[in-house]
Amino acid sequence: MKHTLAILVMNNPGVMARIAGLYSRRGYNISSIAVGETEDPRISRITLVVEAEDETELEQIAKQLYKLIDVIKLSDITKDKAVERELALIKVHCHPANRSEILQIVDIFRAKIVDVSQEGVIIEVTGDTDKIQAILDLLRPFGLREIARTGKVALVRSAAGR
Amino acid sequence: MGASRRWLPVEGRSGAAGLEKRWCAYAREKPQKFEYTWPDLAVTGKCLTLAKCAGCEAAQKQGGIAESPPLAGRIFISMLLEEKAMKITGAQAVVESLRREGVDIIFGYPGGAVIPIYDAMYQAEFRHILTRHEQAAAHAAHGYARSTGKTGVCIATSGPGATNLVTGLATAYMDSVPVVAITGQVATGLLGRDSFQEADITGITMPVTKHNYLVKRVTDLPAIIKEAFYIAGTGRPGPVLIDIPKDVTTSLLDYYYPDQVILPGYKPVYEGNARQIKAAAALIQEAKKPVIYAGGGVIISGAEKELLLLAEKLQAPVTTTLMALDAFPGDHPLSLRMLGMHGTAYANFAVTEADLIIAVGARFDDRVTGRVETFAPQAKIVQIDIDPAEIGKNVAVDLPIVGDLKRVLSELVPLLAPQEHEAWLEQIAEWKRRYPLTYEEQEQGISPQMVVETLSELTRGEAIICTEVGQNQMWAAQFYCFKKPRSFITSGGLGTMGFGFPAAVGVQIANPDRPVVDIAGDGSLQMNIQELATVAAYRLPVKILLLNNGYLGMVRQWQEIFCEKRYAATILQNPDFCKLAEAYGVKALAVEKPEEVRTKLEEALAYTGPVLIDCRVNPEENVMPMVPPNAAIYDMLGVEK
Repeated sequence: MKHTLAILVMNNPGVMARIAGLYSRRGYNISSIAVGETEDPRISRITLVVEAEDETELEQIAKQLYKLIDVIKLSDITKDKAVERELALIKVHCHPANRSEILQIVDIFRAKIVDVSQEGVIIEVTGDTDKIQAILDLLRPFGLREIARTGKVALVRSAAGR
Repeated sequence: MGASRRWLPVEGRSGAAGLEKRWCAYAREKPQKFEYTWPDLAVTGKCLTLAKCAGCEAAQKQGGIAESPPLAGRIFISMLLEEKAMKITGAQAVVESLRREGVDIIFGYPGGAVIPIYDAMYQAEFRHILTRHEQAAAHAAHGYARSTGKTGVCIATSGPGATNLVTGLATAYMDSVPVVAITGQVATGLLGRDSFQEADITGITMPVTKHNYLVKRVTDLPAIIKEAFYIAGTGRPGPVLIDIPKDVTTSLLDYYYPDQVILPGYKPVYEGNARQIKAAAALIQEAKKPVIYAGGGVIISGAEKELLLLAEKLQAPVTTTLMALDAFPGDHPLSLRMLGMHGTAYANFAVTEADLIIAVGARFDDRVTGRVETFAPQAKIVQIDIDPAEIGKNVAVDLPIVGDLKRVLSELVPLLAPQEHEAWLEQIAEWKRRYPLTYEEQEQGISPQMVVETLSELTRGEAIICTEVGQNQMWAAQFYCFKKPRSFITSGGLGTMGFGFPAAVGVQIANPDRPVVDIAGDGSLQMNIQELATVAAYRLPVKILLLNNGYLGMVRQWQEIFCEKRYAATILQNPDFCKLAEAYGVKALAVEKPEEVRTKLEEALAYTGPVLIDCRVNPEENVMPMVPPNAAIYDMLGVEK
């Protein structure tokens, strides 16, 4: 099962290598990873999507991560009410004949066209993993030329929202 | 020294607690300028400051400085540096910081990138032990740390010097030993350019250290050293590496040593959860057939007394891992000695039949559990450990307590009512009678077990024993009867051949008055045999008890049992170890007949310098009992049920 872990780490050099190294060494699987500074520049936030067979494995992953000196806080937000987003840039083949069809899809998904050329367009879309997957499936018949996807980022909704 | 002394004029005044305050009070009354050399203080036993400055002399006469001059000198310089934020080099900052951490000795090997640090150590007359290989320096620091509980320190140069430390760091990591390793690095401008003697040692050692640092700014150096020692020595201890580029060691900084660390991500838990402790007490009271399973954490936490109290109050037998053989007296009636692959049959049977296992500072290693599904099948498991990640890692645990063992046990024991487990102890006594730890006495040839037994007897179990890895290690574990904690220094987790001898160097340095014996095999010993030069140079009275069988014995044993005696690459063509030792200036004794064992051992133990005892033992002796790999621990070879 996939789990989303929100991790606050000290923004020290090598912190990503420590986390990635831990994963490869102990044979865990990372599905996606997204990193960025928080409101405090000394601290970064990592959103990690991991594959764990069962609770025991997940617990081990969490404990081993927590053992890293640079890891300040770690929470499994899979079951929390959280806002989760991914961003994808999708370059699609596009002719005058099918342009309007593509534009419709873009519209439905509330995505944006950020670049247009003779051969195609680049579409920017944000949403949860399912939404990104859905638009990719719809665009595939037109010919996907290149895709760039971020990992998932997530924030737990504040208590008032629960 | 002499010409290289740096004289720095400084005003002396400060306002800290204790000793400093009294001496400072005096200085404030008579402000004056002192001259002193900072590197000369503290180590030599003479404090130049005190000798040279009238203020100090007067303060000393008044009893203002109660401690010996070296300590006073140290305090004096600390306070001056804090007051005046003095400019010193990174290398000097390293030495001063080590001193403030209470480090009195460092094991190492010099090289290009650490010349400035060596220069600062030289000027400060910092005690340094030159090993003959960097790996040996790391093992020696490990031995020093394990035998004292203090943090061991080693130093090596960049590139190959640093990579040679890696095995030592991994060894310390697996056995949770506090070691701080300092490595030189190429100058910051050369980093990442495949420069001469450059290796990414922080990258390399990430998985084998508790934490590591690459110091890029000299101003970060004091805080990093402070953090490194704090991380190495607290919580579950482990090695920490500090990589220092050469230009950092030569740059100047305003030296100030912090008295606190700021590590928001590192907060070891020492107090056990009170509710969990109560629940554990309830569970323990119900048990009819309890077994205490003690690991290296007992030693690290210093909880031997609490363990003994627990065992005696519960009347519960105690089995220990290899790492904890010295945590519970081997001759105690409740001792089951070691469990696992080469453990005693009675320990393995007891664990299998137990209805409760109390795991204290032990981590259910595969050498202990055998096939994990068959381990302690009827038992509930209480696990006490300071590292939350060890809870339930290999074996599901019914009742975990995270905390420092000594504290948890001292809260747990008073909650328990004294118990009797007569039937259970009778069953165990029966196993002990039927399946004792034994070996066949040979008419000809020397049984290695007998050699270890004789050593145990002659030293009354009070020597500090280091071992190499393999059969020698297992025989030491089985036949040496330990009576004191911190007496058994062996590479348990990593199983590092070549560990014992250099570790013995560190142990002997830390314990100059105790007998230190490295129980060695001819394979392992040759992995760090160059340390004969170190023991000779420093006249360290380490005794090497070489159980020489001409084989890589443990691998040969496996080949005999599992490969139909196809001895692939395990037959050793050895040097004449006695001649070799003598070439290094180390006394050597050859033992070829069983009747010589006792007299030669006595002779060696009585000798004031290092001795190598080349004991020609039966070449094809096996370590028994033996649990074949991935079998259940109650299915042992060498035990007739």
